[in-house]
Amino acid sequence: MRRYRIGLLMLVALVVVAVVPHRTRAQDPKVINITAKRFEFVPNQITLKKGEPVRLVLTTADVTHGFYLKPLKIDEVIEPGKTTEVNITPQTAGTFLLICDHFCGVNHGAMNMKVIVE
Amino acid sequence: MKDVDRRSFLKISGAALGIGVLYQVAPIATAEAAETFRLLGHKSGEAVTPFSFIQLSDAHVGFNGPPDPLGTKAFERAVDMVNALPQQPDLVLFTGDLTHDSEDKDVHAKRMAQFREIASRLKTKKVMCVPGEHDAGLDAGALFRDNFGPSNYSFDHRGIHFIALDNVSRAKPEVGPDQLAWLKKDVARFSKSAPIVVFTHRPLFDLKPEWEWFTSDGDDVMNALSGYDNVTVLYGHIHRDHEQEIGHAHHYAARSLIFGFPEPTAPVKKPYPFDKDQPFKNLGIRVVNAAPKQQLAVHDVELTLREFSGLNGIQQILKTPEL
Repeated sequence: MRRYRIGLLMLVALVVVAVVPHRTRAQDPKVINITAKRFEFVPNQITLKKGEPVRLVLTTADVTHGFYLKPLKIDEVIEPGKTTEVNITPQTAGTFLLICDHFCGVNHGAMNMKVIVE
Repeated sequence: MKDVDRRSFLKISGAALGIGVLYQVAPIATAEAAETFRLLGHKSGEAVTPFSFIQLSDAHVGFNGPPDPLGTKAFERAVDMVNALPQQPDLVLFTGDLTHDSEDKDVHAKRMAQFREIASRLKTKKVMCVPGEHDAGLDAGALFRDNFGPSNYSFDHRGIHFIALDNVSRAKPEVGPDQLAWLKKDVARFSKSAPIVVFTHRPLFDLKPEWEWFTSDGDDVMNALSGYDNVTVLYGHIHRDHEQEIGHAHHYAARSLIFGFPEPTAPVKKPYPFDKDQPFKNLGIRVVNAAPKQQLAVHDVELTLREFSGLNGIQQILKTPEL
């Protein structure tokens, strides 16, 4: 009987080890790294899924930049030497233009990125 | 006549001349309105006396590229055009982007000096400026303040309260909490009917956020002014004429003096290409006329004069403008 209990506990432990990490991974948001540099975002286009969480990890290669997209309620500042994370779950499908809204130089007005939500 | 609502009798209207904007306070047509206004002015001491003022915007001194290879020619033409007006304006309001920015501070300072030199040719000596992001975005407005003093301020002129707002020096399109608190304090002393003209660079409403045609706390600014019946907002930045009425406020954009942008409904924000046959097409000023018992009349005046269009083309920049 005791041997049976130990076997059962080991089986439960195996299930926990095998399943829990898997479930955690399934709940982790998709991660997209984005680098801002004058006067572009790299990549300059991303595709997201409606209702699916995503984490945008933002860094700058030079000066301070903005990261602004009103329809998705994104309004961040990307500062040199820091990493900025944006966690969102887009609820609206469409194609949007995200802009740098922190003045960064002569071609600032052309610094944008297409965001497609499917 | 006790409950006179001055809003009905004093409004700014405008027309784009192509080099900026002419604003006018013009008479109300009816005898009843005229009498009402006379009594109101007598009662409140707020009577507006006749005058006109000009809005110029977005000269981008220092810019010289494909959308406009003529540099400061349009700005200089605008100055000539204003100087040629039969009635000289009391004021010239410049709504930002006086200069094109440069990474080199000395170069940017020279561009600002050149702006001041050209502006000094105006017969009208009361030239009031606010910065644009190309003037102040890289140095938080330091160069602008060195040349013109504070980037937000207010003053009264012949019965109208003018408010200069800076929505560029914080690098992001915003006025910021300190300036907002200043604004509330500034207007607190005025009555509901006081005519107020706000001049700033970016639009104070969401005209097209994805083109950065907005001010993030613009709603807070307009809420601070919502208790006033006669508010006119003059702005630049969008390089085209635009008019919109929101609540009690009328918002007018002036054309630029360097190159034009398409209307907000266009799919892409791309400057209009230079047209060598009509080098000042899409550029202009606003002219405003103000007078007692009159509405403010705002005129948009395009720089391009039809008589000089077409085959005469580039020659027009050598001719003396006439309105």
